[in-house]
Amino acid sequence: MTRPPDGPSPLLLDIRDIQKRFAGIPALVDASLSVRSGEVHALIGQNGAGKSTLIKVLTGYHRKDAGQVLFEGKPFEVHSPHQAQVNGISTIYQEINLVPLRSVTENICLGREKRRYGLLDWNAMHAEAERLLSRFSIGMDVGRPLGEFNTATQQMVAIARAIGFSARLVIMDEPTSSLDEREVGVLFGVIRQLKAEGVSVIFVSHKLDELYEVCDQVTIMRDGRTVRNAAMEEIGKLELVAAMLGRDVAAVEGHATAFGERDRSRIGDVMFSARGLGAGQAVRGVSFDLRRGEIAGFAGLLGAGRTETARLVFGADRANAGEMTMEGSNYNPQRPADAIVAGMGFCTEDRKGEGIVPEMTVAENLTLALLPKISRNGVLDEQRQREVVQRFIRELGIKCSGPNQKVRELSGGNQQKVLLARWLAMNPKLLILDEPTRGIDVGAKGEIQRLIRGLADQGLGVLMISSELEEIIEGADRIFVLRDGVSVTELEAEDANEEKVLTAMAHGTSASSEAAT
Amino acid sequence: MTELPRSYADRDAVARSFDLFGFLSRYGTVIALVLLVAFNLAFTRNFATMQTLNVNLTQVCTIVIVAVGMTLVIATGGIDLSVGSLMAISGALAPMIFLGKILPIGSIYLNVAAAMIMSVLVAGLLGLFNGWLVARFRIQPIVATLVLFIAGRGIAQVMTNGNLQTFRVPEFQWIGLARPLDIPAQVIIMAVIVAAAAWALKKTLFGRCILAVGGNERASELAGIAVSRIKLAVYGISGLCAGLAGLIVIAINSSSDANLVGLGMELDAIAAVAVGGTLLSGGKATIVGTLLGALTIQLVRYTLLANGVPDAAALVVKAGIIALAVWLQQQHRG
Repeated sequence: MTRPPDGPSPLLLDIRDIQKRFAGIPALVDASLSVRSGEVHALIGQNGAGKSTLIKVLTGYHRKDAGQVLFEGKPFEVHSPHQAQVNGISTIYQEINLVPLRSVTENICLGREKRRYGLLDWNAMHAEAERLLSRFSIGMDVGRPLGEFNTATQQMVAIARAIGFSARLVIMDEPTSSLDEREVGVLFGVIRQLKAEGVSVIFVSHKLDELYEVCDQVTIMRDGRTVRNAAMEEIGKLELVAAMLGRDVAAVEGHATAFGERDRSRIGDVMFSARGLGAGQAVRGVSFDLRRGEIAGFAGLLGAGRTETARLVFGADRANAGEMTMEGSNYNPQRPADAIVAGMGFCTEDRKGEGIVPEMTVAENLTLALLPKISRNGVLDEQRQREVVQRFIRELGIKCSGPNQKVRELSGGNQQKVLLARWLAMNPKLLILDEPTRGIDVGAKGEIQRLIRGLADQGLGVLMISSELEEIIEGADRIFVLRDGVSVTELEAEDANEEKVLTAMAHGTSASSEAAT
Repeated sequence: MTELPRSYADRDAVARSFDLFGFLSRYGTVIALVLLVAFNLAFTRNFATMQTLNVNLTQVCTIVIVAVGMTLVIATGGIDLSVGSLMAISGALAPMIFLGKILPIGSIYLNVAAAMIMSVLVAGLLGLFNGWLVARFRIQPIVATLVLFIAGRGIAQVMTNGNLQTFRVPEFQWIGLARPLDIPAQVIIMAVIVAAAAWALKKTLFGRCILAVGGNERASELAGIAVSRIKLAVYGISGLCAGLAGLIVIAINSSSDANLVGLGMELDAIAAVAVGGTLLSGGKATIVGTLLGALTIQLVRYTLLANGVPDAAALVVKAGIIALAVWLQQQHRG
């Protein structure tokens, strides 16, 4: 952790009370952010907190509805990211938006080519590219196509390009998400170099340890608001996580969900277990057991590897490390169809992207996984389809004009019920629910929570991922906390409370004695 | 981090009010067809005759057969540019077999049977090759099928040394010339294929899977549908349809010219599918619509020609109709 050597440096960027709505829905309510010269400033928050929107407003991608942006003491009004770049604010995105097939030099000089007698002056541009890269002690053949280098190097090129525009402020949006540990080290070296040269950095990341390693100051956003601004060394991890989730660490409220009382006597023997599951950087060692009639909750921050683990279990992605067993026998799914045969179902968090088939009807969506079972010699049995669909519309209370209504016309909550029904119709043994109540209204949320509890009571094993703390604590019988792709803590529901879960999310262990940084 | 979702209320409001564009995109083709027939009944001499009907149906047959396969491909979100070239291959191969150039089989019936089966199968296999490129290597369909679009006609020309093959083999040519019950044989074949495909798309597991893959591929995969196999199958079927259409064309012409058989067919078929109301992005398809689309395009051309408008101008009108149909779809979706 480093601080500017002598006193606070002048304010470089001062964003005040920004408001922004999309189609009437507020994305930024009251967002503020102040960055000093030569400061590395962390910007953190949960999904939908408004970080990206704020950055896009700053770089001219979106127009603000209200508020003020001062850059170097003057009002800053730009209308495109390119204009922002020319004016000293460069952004490096998670996905590197450079041209892989062109040379390093071309990428660095793109948009401000050097000319001589009206022709491109390649020698001058190569020299410029090498000069920029040498600032980070990177020596490379700048004539080679960018795509030949690894991700970290490409990221360095992106940063060199940003600085080539004489950036005063560099915004890095989750720059480490595709880097390995060594590469992260190189990136941090570059950030420190920038800092030494008086360039400020806004660093967006979900990895808390990284923030403590490289940042001076932190701004925390939640629900479109700036909720906290502090020096990194003055705020503990636990406090950080609590502020992101909007929890008061001390206060524990009454029941906030509709799961109802759990009945432990219904929990049976272990049905599914995973040991040391891994795939790439996202999942690096997840182990857990799931019993019949039990709801296992996956808690963790964004990027902790919860969804990625669920996808491995369901065969949507393939694990390259670890073992799984289902009902006592080895289980190694190559594709979702294998998981379905083994008796699993998977409700995705990305309802629109990989859940519903929008142009299809409620009935067609509901029976999508069931199709082979309701057809004879390849011909659909419409009578059986009707029966199944009507039964689930009734049982789950799906509000629609009828089985033939297009599913895209339904509300989020009812779409979610259709997806639940898609799997319940299969009569599964294990159901994976990824953010089962995200983006749906309170009423439907309660119904779905009651339904999940009811299913578990009937002997179904449920693996539930949720970013809502009360959903995990009140809903799950057993809680697994994931952190940076590793399952770090297992808690029995009786022993769990918000503080323990938050602590584990922040530190990787539930022992609150380590709470102080 | 993503933007907050648009409210569903907006969409519901749009859905409830009467949707003119939706109405037109659903029934526009039928309306256009009825208007065209009415116009012709009023202004075109000798329109209401069996002969007119047969001429139009005969001309539209091969387009419809190819367009049925194309509809299935497009329903999965793909496209097949190779159909014209596959017609040329099938059209080149069949005469070589039934004229005994490859396998000297004694009986003409055996020869013809072998020719028909072999050439349609070869086209089907080449279709599977398209599907393999698309499913296995995730090559964009327009690029994957461009391979055979270009190479296919070349293969056909190499097979025939670029020579015109002429023949007079009634045992084979019934497929394009026979008229049982005074209905051209190829019209019967077309009707059977249209009926079978329409039924399959609506009533079978396969049909439902095609639409699901086109509607949301990732959701289909997660629901356990064998997406790759579905894609292989539709491109294979498209190849089979093209192979059959190639046979009909050479049977009508009593000759096979690898340069000409099926030339431009891919575009005629895509046009029929688009005008028929199938979503070009996949997930929503209608075989009957494709039939109506092909008939509409055909009838526009016939109407213009019968009323003295030159063929070149008719092409412009055809293009206009396609643009209009696609525009209507866009309005409905937007």
